[in-house]
Amino acid sequence: MRIVFAEWRKLRRPTLFLGTLGAALFFTGLTNTFLYLMIDSEQGNGDRGRQIGREVLNLAGGSVYGFSSVGGLLGIIALCVFAAQTAQEYTYGTLRNLLVRQPGRVRILLGKLIAMKIFALILVVIAALVSIGISYFLSDRAKVSTELWFTPEGFQEIGKTLLNVSISVIYFGIVGMVLGLLLRSPISAISIGVLWLLIIENLIGAVKPVTLEWMPGNQLSTIAQGGSPELAYSHALILGSSYVFVGAIVATVLFSRRDVAN
Amino acid sequence: MTSLAISVKDLSKKYESGFAVSHANFEVPLGTICGFVGPNGAGKTTTIRMLLGLISPTGGTAEILGESISHPEKYLSSVGAMIEGPAFYPALSGEENLKVLATLGGFPVERVNELIATVGLAGRGGSKYKTYSLGMKQRLGIAAALLPNPKILILDEPTNGLDPEGIQEVRDLLKKLASNGTTVFVSSHLLSELELISEYIVMLRKGEVVFAGTMKELLLQQQPVILVKTEKLADLNKIVEIAQADGHHAIIRSEVAHIEGPAEWAGTLNRKAFDAGITLTQLAPQLPNLEETFFEMTGDRS
Repeated sequence: MRIVFAEWRKLRRPTLFLGTLGAALFFTGLTNTFLYLMIDSEQGNGDRGRQIGREVLNLAGGSVYGFSSVGGLLGIIALCVFAAQTAQEYTYGTLRNLLVRQPGRVRILLGKLIAMKIFALILVVIAALVSIGISYFLSDRAKVSTELWFTPEGFQEIGKTLLNVSISVIYFGIVGMVLGLLLRSPISAISIGVLWLLIIENLIGAVKPVTLEWMPGNQLSTIAQGGSPELAYSHALILGSSYVFVGAIVATVLFSRRDVAN
Repeated sequence: MTSLAISVKDLSKKYESGFAVSHANFEVPLGTICGFVGPNGAGKTTTIRMLLGLISPTGGTAEILGESISHPEKYLSSVGAMIEGPAFYPALSGEENLKVLATLGGFPVERVNELIATVGLAGRGGSKYKTYSLGMKQRLGIAAALLPNPKILILDEPTNGLDPEGIQEVRDLLKKLASNGTTVFVSSHLLSELELISEYIVMLRKGEVVFAGTMKELLLQQQPVILVKTEKLADLNKIVEIAQADGHHAIIRSEVAHIEGPAEWAGTLNRKAFDAGITLTQLAPQLPNLEETFFEMTGDRS
């Protein structure tokens, strides 16, 4: 617990917390605004130009459709925060201070991970509330019925989406942490992570769509969406979890054995 | 209960490029101040990192407070350390940085303000670390090392960036800690400072321990030196010839003849110089100091 509290002291600083929250809310607002205001656009109003009609948004899960769509972007924000918080210990040279005060290296990693998970979950919950609020606010204008949104079934959908987005965001964060540990530089970890997830995966997927079934970023985004027409939720969850698990094991073994020489 | 704070036996660290530390052996008794000296790249920081469990030795072993360095969790709560200069989070204040470490180590957070005052940062603890001068960063590093109320304090170049007043404050602080029973193991390039405070010395050269023992033993190993200046610069060579004729090793350095020999031989030299028509402007027998001894033993004048 000491490690969690120590890490939390770093995460709670206003510039980091409010900056990250601002980015998360910006993407949440943008995604929801497009979803509702471009509902009749022929160019599509959803992820990758998909057309999301009123028949979908009128359903019990309509209130969180926008939130589930923004899950991938929230995940990338988490990846950047986790990667920076981990790799900066090397660039600032503070890792040696941490290890002198707490020599249990696996404990250090676990403590940092728990604190960052709490940070990410707070962001997810706030983003969910704002997303539902924006959806409700814009529903009238987009002629979307909210009748089923706040029924028991609707709340169940909200809970399920919140869980899926949380899993996805934390998995993205762990990928960021793994990159931070392996590359030991925030800039390298973030740029390689974001480049891969936002550009390389999409390029490869555009050339050969079948590869998206195996791409790690696509698995994690699909978990947030609770599955997609192209990829089953269970496939994404199993494969995504496997990628994250293997990466975490490799990074933990390296971290616990590597000399801290800088 | 061991009487040794640090015991190093045959400790080595070998990289692909060669030994950073090679078969080091030394002991530091409890409650003493021990200077750890050596030229750049001699292996001081590598040794300190091994003692703190940050890097693994490739050979040998060491004990801190009787516990093997293979189990740093058994002794690190009693050790304060600053390695290779201070390292903190730039966006946090000095106070917050210390609180992060206090929380992590399970030390009372209330101690932070007291330590900030101890190292002379009172009034600046709330400022962000990135706004600190080098000297202030160094002071914060020392405060962090003092957080556990340590039995052993390991400091790597603690006076880097400090002004003369700051250096004196650190010297007084280390003396005070030692008088209260804290063992201080300090590496520094300010040899004159170390000579003032250290009872023990460990000297490294190219990864090997060339001396480990008391300061007194070290200085006794060296010949006293007589420093000679002449009215005419050209006469220095004649002085060297006179010294060498009497079997004393002599060299000229910075327009001063350095002659190895007992203080009482200075009178003989004075008479011989007078007979040779040389006027001396300085004739100063000098006991060897740490700096001279260091250069002598490490062959380093950098």
